[in-house]
Amino acid sequence: MTQYLHLFRRELQLAFRQGGEIGLALGFFVLAVVLFPLGVGPEAEILRRIGAGIIWVAALLAAVLSLDRLFATDYADGGLDLLALSAMPLEGAVIAKCAAHWATTGLPLVLMSPFLGLLVGLDGVSIALLALGLLLGTPALSLLGAIAAALTLGARRPGVLSSLIVLPLYLPILIFGAGAVEAGIASGGARPHLLLLGALSLGALPLAPIAAAAALRQALD
Amino acid sequence: MLTRLANPARFMRISGVVLVPLGLAAVAVLAIGLYLALFVAPPDYQQGESVRIMFVHVPAAWLALFAYLVVAMASALALVWKHPLAEIAAQAAAPLGAAFTFVCLVTGSLWGKPMWGTWWAWDARMTSVLVLFFLYLGYIALANAFDDMARGARAASVLALVGVVNLPIIKFSVDWWNTLHQADSVFRMGGPTIDPSMLWPLLIMGLGYLLLFKTLLLIRMRTALNEAKARALRLAASTRHPAEPVPDATPVLR
Repeated sequence: MTQYLHLFRRELQLAFRQGGEIGLALGFFVLAVVLFPLGVGPEAEILRRIGAGIIWVAALLAAVLSLDRLFATDYADGGLDLLALSAMPLEGAVIAKCAAHWATTGLPLVLMSPFLGLLVGLDGVSIALLALGLLLGTPALSLLGAIAAALTLGARRPGVLSSLIVLPLYLPILIFGAGAVEAGIASGGARPHLLLLGALSLGALPLAPIAAAAALRQALD
Repeated sequence: MLTRLANPARFMRISGVVLVPLGLAAVAVLAIGLYLALFVAPPDYQQGESVRIMFVHVPAAWLALFAYLVVAMASALALVWKHPLAEIAAQAAAPLGAAFTFVCLVTGSLWGKPMWGTWWAWDARMTSVLVLFFLYLGYIALANAFDDMARGARAASVLALVGVVNLPIIKFSVDWWNTLHQADSVFRMGGPTIDPSMLWPLLIMGLGYLLLFKTLLLIRMRTALNEAKARALRLAASTRHPAEPVPDATPVLR
């Protein structure tokens, strides 16, 4: 257990000390959302209608952009080989890394989302549903993203490739996440959407590390 | 069976014998199926003649799913038992599956315009088939993204297994979400609800598609094996006589 905490702390320290890493994903998130009112026009009615979807899409893209941080640097400097050789199972290392990745990208997105919700004119309930949905859904973004990040280690153009691989897998999260806010506006029945979002994250928690660890093993041998 | 066919030379021999009859059978069954579908089957009482798109659309959808199942099972074989032909089979099947998925999407779109009044709707069945198409593209892109081809094949195998979660979603999407696309009428509990006069042409078309898929799969696998052999021969020739020009290595495998 202490190994996992050590790895988790190391990842957090790296993210904080290398500076800008967290800010970069967050900056992209905000900027991507800001693009839409400028693109589709500032009518409050349209923005309120599509606002939650925009924020979810921007969160997905920000998560994809930050995926290369998960394994690429450790793969390049050999840290990944040491992790594979250590006594801790590789699946556990993946979970620890995903937890750190979520704490440095997913969580900031969740915290930032209410302000962006205000920016596109969502009401209080919608903002709460948006933030709650992101809180439940972003762990799955990190976990599924780990599979793509591990598969594309050492590939040509890994960034484009991993987005091509992972975005289809992200679709259910987007559908239920944006659907929760939509259902909250329409009928107040957001509960099933949120439950399904949580189920996706909980399902990905044991399954995705297995796939990601398998991908890491074949990348390392 | 699996271990016996694991020898590429034996596979080439057997597949060489099987290939021509299989191809002829595919052509014959498709011809019969198309004749039945276009001339014999009655027009639908609601949809009229445009129901005939079904005979192209539905088997393409079946094969799109079946091909992914082949890719996934071959990938599992390759990862678990390191079966030498499994990776070749998976990579040979993926573009075929992508093509069937594309045919399914296009014919569905052409059918949707006169029947539903729209080329496309974001309903669950269509969206999940579109995701299947992107999974195929991701698989193909990943398999070809590495300088080390063996690495690409293994990475793609892992991805193929991850993508299997989409198959039940496609199959049951029309039951879970009540949307525009109609529910299953052939493979369902309690037997098909489609009239025999349309069911039989449909099943024969399905068989024709399946035979076509198998023929093309064998051709693609044989081509991949021949390419690998040509590469090996060229490499051997160039390392044996580095000064001499590389001879044109055209291996004949039968």
